[in-house]
Amino acid sequence: MVYHFFLPKPACSITGSSIFKVLTRPVWFFALVVCFISFISIAEANDFESLLNDLGNKSRSKIKIAVQKLGELGNPTALPALSALENKRLATTDEGKLVILNTGEDQGTDALTGKKVDVESLILRKPRINNSVRRYLSAAIAKLKLSSEEPAVRLEAAQELLKRSSSSALDLVEASLKKEKNDSVKETLLLVLAKINLEGEEKSKRIESINNIKKFGNNDFYMVLEELLKQNDKGEYFEEDSEIRDSAAKALKAIKQRQVFIDQIANLFYGLSLGSILLLAALGLAITFGLMGVINMAHGEMLMIGAYATFVVQNLFIEYLPSFFDWYLIVAIPASFLASAIVGIILERSVIRHLYGRPLETLLATWGISLVLIQTVRLTFGAQNVEVANPFYLSGGVEVFNGVVFPYSRIVIIVFVVFVVTAIWALLQKTSLGLQVRSVTQNREMAACMGIPTHKVDMWTFGLGSGVAGLGGLALSQIGNVGPELGRMYIVDSFMVVVLGGVGKIAGTVAGALGIGVVNKFLEPISGAVLGKIIVLVLIIALIQKRPQGLFALKGRSVDN
Amino acid sequence: MIKQIAALHSFRGWLLSFGLLFAAIILLPVLNIFVPEESFFHIPDYMFPLLGKYLCYAMVALAVDLIWGYTGILSLGHGVFFSMGGYAMGMYLMRSIGKEGVYKSDLPDFMVFLDWKELPWYWYGFDYFSFALLIIFLLPGLFAFVFGYFAFRSRIKGVYFAIITQAMTYALMLLFFRNNTGFGGNNGLTDFKRILGYSLQEPSTKMGLFMITALVLFLSYVISRYIVKSKLGRILTAIRDVESRVMFSGYNTLHYKLFIWTISAFLCGIAGALYVPQVGIINPSEMQPTNSIEMAIWVAVGGRGTLVGALFGAGLVNVAKSWFTVAAPDYWLYFLGVLFIVVTLFFPKGFLGFFKSFSIINKVKEPANE
Repeated sequence: MVYHFFLPKPACSITGSSIFKVLTRPVWFFALVVCFISFISIAEANDFESLLNDLGNKSRSKIKIAVQKLGELGNPTALPALSALENKRLATTDEGKLVILNTGEDQGTDALTGKKVDVESLILRKPRINNSVRRYLSAAIAKLKLSSEEPAVRLEAAQELLKRSSSSALDLVEASLKKEKNDSVKETLLLVLAKINLEGEEKSKRIESINNIKKFGNNDFYMVLEELLKQNDKGEYFEEDSEIRDSAAKALKAIKQRQVFIDQIANLFYGLSLGSILLLAALGLAITFGLMGVINMAHGEMLMIGAYATFVVQNLFIEYLPSFFDWYLIVAIPASFLASAIVGIILERSVIRHLYGRPLETLLATWGISLVLIQTVRLTFGAQNVEVANPFYLSGGVEVFNGVVFPYSRIVIIVFVVFVVTAIWALLQKTSLGLQVRSVTQNREMAACMGIPTHKVDMWTFGLGSGVAGLGGLALSQIGNVGPELGRMYIVDSFMVVVLGGVGKIAGTVAGALGIGVVNKFLEPISGAVLGKIIVLVLIIALIQKRPQGLFALKGRSVDN
Repeated sequence: MIKQIAALHSFRGWLLSFGLLFAAIILLPVLNIFVPEESFFHIPDYMFPLLGKYLCYAMVALAVDLIWGYTGILSLGHGVFFSMGGYAMGMYLMRSIGKEGVYKSDLPDFMVFLDWKELPWYWYGFDYFSFALLIIFLLPGLFAFVFGYFAFRSRIKGVYFAIITQAMTYALMLLFFRNNTGFGGNNGLTDFKRILGYSLQEPSTKMGLFMITALVLFLSYVISRYIVKSKLGRILTAIRDVESRVMFSGYNTLHYKLFIWTISAFLCGIAGALYVPQVGIINPSEMQPTNSIEMAIWVAVGGRGTLVGALFGAGLVNVAKSWFTVAAPDYWLYFLGVLFIVVTLFFPKGFLGFFKSFSIINKVKEPANE
């Protein structure tokens, strides 16, 4: 231990020269013990304080020693100061007090007491650090974090160690491994240990390391393992021990297999995510197309309007209800639905109903509408993308496997889409409006003869389809950019969904959207995003050769018109 | 044969068409060269590439009218054929730069920039104008033939066909945007120096290109007119009106549709090839779905099923576009959007049909393209 440095010399001489006398006088002995203990504790506290204050020292070597010793002390209260030093946000006053600044550097707290400090009135100087100090810093921070109470902090520290492990951390890792209860922290620590031990000499430890890598490792370990299997020009292995080579080869294979599996899962997830967004975009399109035989080219702009409605609601919350900001999304759901639905109904009443029976002209007219809508939004909100923030419950993600993160926003969107599709299905199957919609889809004239107000049905269905697109816009605002051209990016894809899925059946649209989404994501790593898209297109054309009316065609009299 | 062609128009019609051709290839150059610059009738040099551009667009409109106005098939992918012709011509023009590019290399500049060491195989042959010409004549038509065969065979029609063609142009646009595809990526092909040895900077070359374009447009018009006036043209119109009845009468509509679709793509490709040297650039944005839809509106504005209307519409919309993008760029999209809506709602026969309903000519025999 280091304390003896700090004991004053006279005390040393007492204990040294006249120890016998002291022991024979109980009063003296007692006094001495009290004295000793208080010395130690004062010394310890003083030590911590002075070490901490040393962080602001002008000499780099003093800083280095202080950092190292703070790490060895294991007192987590030093963490904020250390990480502040790492991020260059630690400053020292002319009195030698340490101040931790916030990111804006306009507020500060005292490093020792944690009290707020008035930054304006102080003359601050930042200690300068270089890479060698930084190395000490990261090691010390890792040590302190590993002794933290929070498992998440420990995991972070363990991962940090894994990235830049060095044999000097061996003792630390072994010690923490003994105490560790949390499984994922334990796994990571085992991997750190394996990485260190693998470079050692002891055979049994090396094989154990390889086995641990085989069990928990991810593709970051390719390099380490391949190093063991390298040959020189003559075909001899650099690694002489065949047993180690064998287990390394096995471990490599296991990791690769696991990685392929993980990639497939990730592809599937992202494919479903893309598919669910396409589904929201295409659902309304499929309904209106099935009902009226009308392709609404302005449908993409309904997405855009939904996204901008979300943006407006967000800004209203920032303006008037900042304390409830995180719940703006709940209000944005009806807002985006209504905004798009109202625009859709206005369109239907003013333009589209005059063009029944002329689908190609409707296509051109709605394209004209989309141009007007885009330009209006551009002139109102500006041509730049606007920022829609994720509320706290949608930011971040869950790490399913090592290195594969499923963002919460995408998971929530998938759930949301399931909810919307179920609602639409119930609406079409269980309500009288749904019954009317289905009958008009099957045979418009006959439905009219039976007294169904086909034009009203058209209007409400168009509103519904547009509203669903608005919800799609809300979903898109949470994972992508919101700009006037937002709808353009999705319109071709959603048409493909309709063409593939056929009209009039929700099942077709669901299958089309998810199919295109998943196939796209599986093709992307193989052929690149663009070629993937082209392949999907060719596949759709090929599929239509076999089933011209889409995958899920309506049967019976409604087929031909 | 000559009798047949002569019967395509009334005497007045021929007089007008030849009059316009004469104006383009003789009157305008004369006004440029012999009339002093300060005169009101002087045609400045910069007008020729501009007018040439409009003529190319007019040719595209002609092609779209053949397939949409007469056969009832709306294509939203004609930008692809236009770009194919354009890129083929652009590749020849790139090769004819020689070593005068920025990097003084034999390879086109963008390849040097991408650190490519040799020419990709599909650039072979473009050193020769004749090869480029062959590609311009064959490729758009061939591509259209294959695409059309598969589409028409499975009886994709109406909005389905429109959407599939839109997806086609969208996919190809994405493909051409990639640097690795080897057509200059985002920037496309540009910085051309000369065509067949003539500098593209010279006013005389520009004028010559304009005259050639005018002549080609005239010929395309006569060919299109010949097609729509023939028996084949009647069948096309019948397919547009009731396809199933044509089929029941024993015609294989696939052949007719495929024929006119290929011809249309062919004309479009030639228009693209003439467009590139006059404008000086070809890039993937020509394949944007927007551009192809705009082609349809040219025809709709002028009047579908009347070749003259298509020419007129292309001119009208593009002159308006040139004016708006200078005078009020923010309102061009409003104008275009409202044009789309107004024409489809109130002038289904286009402006030509609108004017005809007022004129006395209306009383005279109408061509059978109702």
